[in-house]
Amino acid sequence: MAPSPKAPPPRKPRDKRPWYQAAFALGLNAWIPSWFKGEIFQGGIKGVCVPALNCYSCPSAMGACPIGAMQTFFGGLRFNLSIAEKKFGLYVAGFMAAVGSAVGRMPCGWVCPFGFIQELFYKIRTPKLRIPRLMTYFRYVVLAVMVVALPLLIVDEFGYGQTWFCKWICPAGTLEAGIPLMLIKADLRPLLGLMYYWKLGLLALFAGWFVFSQRPFCRTVCPLGAFWGLFNRGSLFRMAVDDEKCTLCNQCHKDCPVEIKIYEKANSADCVRCLRCVSSCKFGAISYEFLGKREVSPDLRVKKPA
Amino acid sequence: MKRRRPWVLLGISLAVMIAGLLLGEYRTVLEKAVTVCLDCIGIG
Repeated sequence: MAPSPKAPPPRKPRDKRPWYQAAFALGLNAWIPSWFKGEIFQGGIKGVCVPALNCYSCPSAMGACPIGAMQTFFGGLRFNLSIAEKKFGLYVAGFMAAVGSAVGRMPCGWVCPFGFIQELFYKIRTPKLRIPRLMTYFRYVVLAVMVVALPLLIVDEFGYGQTWFCKWICPAGTLEAGIPLMLIKADLRPLLGLMYYWKLGLLALFAGWFVFSQRPFCRTVCPLGAFWGLFNRGSLFRMAVDDEKCTLCNQCHKDCPVEIKIYEKANSADCVRCLRCVSSCKFGAISYEFLGKREVSPDLRVKKPA
Repeated sequence: MKRRRPWVLLGISLAVMIAGLLLGEYRTVLEKAVTVCLDCIGIG
């Protein structure tokens, strides 16, 4: 009997998420004329917080990074100084909590330009490294110590706190602001010192890690992702796994950019809600729910008869 | 009750955000955002 011709493997639905990520990266940094003027965008809308770790000192940044803004409030909150502002950062905290309670960590997967950059680097073909689970808890230490405790507790010679995370760690700031501003603002170049090279080295280390591991900064360091991850379990947007349909084939785990097993914990604090698992599940076991509407992979939806 | 929890959380968050706006915190964020943050770029 002649062998029957092999049927071609079913085509995976094309992932449109990179287009959204690119559009958000451009949209959040849309004021291109600043690059030619050699200064940063100074429009009145720049006080609007953006749902991403996007440095406001990027020449074309249109909005404010919530982590940078929060540290500014904590650093300036000094009850012992008569001239200090008594502002608690309610606007920024409320904004971050509102985003978290609506969609949890979804902006990490769809909006954040720095997350997008990490995913692009990971496409470079090399052997890949998994990130040990223990390392992923470090982001909570960064949030509690660098963003909250140190700006509140350690003061400079003028009695104010500093933006510790921005100053010592944030590689997004180096990439989006440090390097571009040195290129376009010649008057800043004489000020370069050890601190700048420390941040440049840290960015280079992270960039190397991006090639070998999936979204390592988001998973181990990002304080904004750590904060929003706390809301994943109780947000309006929710992931769900149907245990009866799930065959534990592990395809969702293989495709997941943060290497979680969604069938073990559907609303894990690590999940960036990229929804890749929803389209990769051949059995329609993974779905998401938002405002009472439940959706599974578009390919698996059963059409209702007209 | 469990279904209402995210709505309650969202409502509280928005109320906190509006309180911050009424206290003039938008201006503080704007002032920080429109000046070059020397800490962010590594020369602060």
